[in-house]
Amino acid sequence: MLLIRCPWCGPRDEVEFRYGGQAGIAYPADPDGLSDEAWADYLFMRDNPKGPFAERWFHAAGCRRWFHALRDTATHRFLATARLDEPLPEAGT
Amino acid sequence: MTGPRRLPTGGAWVDRDRPLALRFDGREIPAFEGDTVASALLGAGIVGGFRSPILGRPRGIVAAGVEEPNAYVEVRAPWFSPILAATTLPVEPGMEVVPRPGVGRLPTEDVPARPSVHTHRHAEAVVIGAGPAGRAAAREAAARGERVILIDEGHRIDDPPADVRCLPRTTATGIYDDGYVVAYERAPAVDRVWHLRARRVVLASGAHERTVAFAGNDRPGVMLAGAARTYLERYGVLCGERAVVFSTNAWGHLAAAALAAAGARVVLLEPAPVDAAGVDLRGVERRAGWLVVGTEGDPALRAVRVRDPEGGEEALEADLLAVSGGFSPVIQLARAIGAGVRYDEARACFVPDGTGPEWLEVVGAAAGEVPPTAPLFRIREGDDADKYVEPQRDQTVADVASAVRRGLRSVEHVKRATYIGTTIDQGRTSGVLTVEIVNELLGLPHGSQAPTNPRPPYTPVPYSALAGLDRGPTLLDPVRTTPMHPAHVARGAVFEDVGQWKRPRFYPKDGEDMDAAVARECLAVRTAAGVLDASTLGKIEVVGPDAADFLDRMYANRMSTLPVGRARYGVMLGLDGMIVDDGVAVRLAEDRFLVTTTTSGAATVLDRFEEWLQTEWPHLRVWCTSVTEQWAVAAVSGPRAREVVAALELSVDLDPDAFPHMAVREATLAGVPARILRVSFTGERSYELHVPARYGLGLWEAVLEAGEPLGLEPYGTEAMHVLRAEKGYIIVGQDTDGTVTAEDVGLGWLVRTDGSDFVGRRSLARPELRRPDRRQLVGLLPEDPEALLPEGAQLVEGPVEPPAHALGWVTSSYRSPTLGRTFALALVEAGRSRIGTALVAPLAGGPVAARVVEPVLYDPEGSRLR
Repeated sequence: MLLIRCPWCGPRDEVEFRYGGQAGIAYPADPDGLSDEAWADYLFMRDNPKGPFAERWFHAAGCRRWFHALRDTATHRFLATARLDEPLPEAGT
Repeated sequence: MTGPRRLPTGGAWVDRDRPLALRFDGREIPAFEGDTVASALLGAGIVGGFRSPILGRPRGIVAAGVEEPNAYVEVRAPWFSPILAATTLPVEPGMEVVPRPGVGRLPTEDVPARPSVHTHRHAEAVVIGAGPAGRAAAREAAARGERVILIDEGHRIDDPPADVRCLPRTTATGIYDDGYVVAYERAPAVDRVWHLRARRVVLASGAHERTVAFAGNDRPGVMLAGAARTYLERYGVLCGERAVVFSTNAWGHLAAAALAAAGARVVLLEPAPVDAAGVDLRGVERRAGWLVVGTEGDPALRAVRVRDPEGGEEALEADLLAVSGGFSPVIQLARAIGAGVRYDEARACFVPDGTGPEWLEVVGAAAGEVPPTAPLFRIREGDDADKYVEPQRDQTVADVASAVRRGLRSVEHVKRATYIGTTIDQGRTSGVLTVEIVNELLGLPHGSQAPTNPRPPYTPVPYSALAGLDRGPTLLDPVRTTPMHPAHVARGAVFEDVGQWKRPRFYPKDGEDMDAAVARECLAVRTAAGVLDASTLGKIEVVGPDAADFLDRMYANRMSTLPVGRARYGVMLGLDGMIVDDGVAVRLAEDRFLVTTTTSGAATVLDRFEEWLQTEWPHLRVWCTSVTEQWAVAAVSGPRAREVVAALELSVDLDPDAFPHMAVREATLAGVPARILRVSFTGERSYELHVPARYGLGLWEAVLEAGEPLGLEPYGTEAMHVLRAEKGYIIVGQDTDGTVTAEDVGLGWLVRTDGSDFVGRRSLARPELRRPDRRQLVGLLPEDPEALLPEGAQLVEGPVEPPAHALGWVTSSYRSPTLGRTFALALVEAGRSRIGTALVAPLAGGPVAARVVEPVLYDPEGSRLR
């Protein structure tokens, strides 16, 4: 079971969290301006890298805050976590 | 009384002042406090006593720990366990066991399982294994002032380090990410599962001795040399008086020395030169270059067939053959969390290669500190079909050779062909043996392939231990009851589980079955009045200056135009345009809404709200609070509902012009603050009475008291389902499944088209969601008005000739006392264009035909709602 460092609560057990997929996928400012393909891309397509991956997590059974994390998908290790009002963690940070 | 093999003195782990009796297979076996079932059996001179699971061959105890392949028992008293290793099972007063080869058997009758608790702890260091290396690591960590937990699967921890929490009889069953260790403790009166989070984990799990594959190596009386020494030193049991020790290494020689010192006649066969400096072999007859080539006995060992370096054979009389083919570090736990292995040629075993998580350290024998040995895995002489590699699967060298001959080169494939290593003991004695025999048969150097990687748990853990205190229907999952629950119980309600909630399904009277009770309850609502406990409805207060704007974004219809004091039915879509929940939004004030959700959707809707507020629209000043459990709700419904409500002490003008359908009033009810919602899920005039939860029971009783003289009956969820389905009202999750749009279920009219954005809107323009042949909600009337279509039944155009194209399925199906017949709702391809046609449900009992109709079968004008 992973130990996840919530930016608000500190390190807590994985069971308290919910995964929220890839980070940095903003709701489009003008959905009508997107083609069907571009909209489907926003809806369904996500990166699936081996290695560092910027993700969203939700401390569901804790402070109930969403936050960002950089996690290595090959080792499961959390490389960094950050509040939503902080810069998105990047690979190499 | 002591057993014939028990020496008069000795045995560091047994307390000779505390004799016990063990019942094994119906026989009384003497034992001492501190014995395992295995040590008691060996002490009693029982050689054998077990059988192999597949061929039923006679088998005896081989090991003194978790690596035991043969000696498994079912525990019948003082508690029950389907299968445990006799070598790890401490004898308890009143213990009764029977042999249980290979596979456990679950009892059909109720049996007492051991009680179990779970305990969580943090530590700087968790040390697994309390041998010399583990104790040293624990001592060092404790000296640094760290919190240290030292775990060992043995019954006791000798020479325990100071300031260290010692857990004997405890097995680390798995090491997981970030220093999380799960351990299973067999404490005297209770099982305990430890959840340990450690900054550092030290694996000092030692090494397991290997056997050698020679002919007749599974005969009772053949055991591991280290095990023979353990039974002698810890339990005072001498496993044989005329012993042959077949050893490739110095630790095997130690066993020979110990047996000789205890008075046994010992012949030590040394197939290749062993550096045994420091081992006192006085009294041991050492034969260099000799091999074991067979065994004799009926079935217990009587003689060992041996071969001298020149090829001459003889039979040595013996009652014990103690084998040591080398040692394999116990590194399963490290491998499972990502540590790699490399082959150590001098020791003929696999050792950790230093990779793996940085918080994990492997020390001592587990790290490869085992004596050098020649690589001896099988003896060429003799019949390969008599050389057992995996006793617990009755697999021999011949079976492994057959798998390899059939083209299986990978040990992973050989494992799957032979089932070697898929045993309770996870192939602890057979793993390295198998892989090296495969390597040899393929002509590959030793170490070319590593053994298969076992997964946790390291040893079996009973479900009863994992269950902990969560046993029985009330503890496995929390049970949620409404404030009215005692009244439902008193009335004899039959309950159904809705998520964690207990909801009355129906209230049977005078021996009624469900159909009769539901029919009566439905008719009461349609002709007089009924009351439903709707407290489980999800309730979220959405508050703040931007609350109206926020709800406009979350709902497909507009909420910002809702006047204060009014309610509106709303549908929430996923980003993909599909219905995710529905409910009623109530405007309590300009900046305050009460949103109701489905019972099961309450938590996910709140999650959704918070996700969008935090991640997309943090600038919106909105706060969401779940108030599901703060408000109890009684929904009074029916043509006489107004009369019922009027009889309550309510500070509201009930005149329909003053308080119309879809209006809301904040009021007092018998002096208690209340919210009255004129919303209906039955199609009849309805009043939802919301009061603070602590007044819920009083409200319920007041409604019944006021209503029963008027013909009011309490009704349950089953009648509610019938009533709502007659009106074509959907239940999200029953009539929808995540692939259904508002348009599909006939709610397209409420989706706003003014161009303002809401979640899911853009997806509605995708071509796939505009196809004319999408499945649509329709009503179904079976041609036989008594035929009840099963929910989930597929629908085709008749007549049924396979392969038939399934057009959809039944989502809801009931008997309607109001309509005097059965009816159903269904999702059907281009369903609305099929209204008036017939479809067929091909069922096991024969096809059932039904006419497609509008989904609203009762009061389609809605005149009864007013």
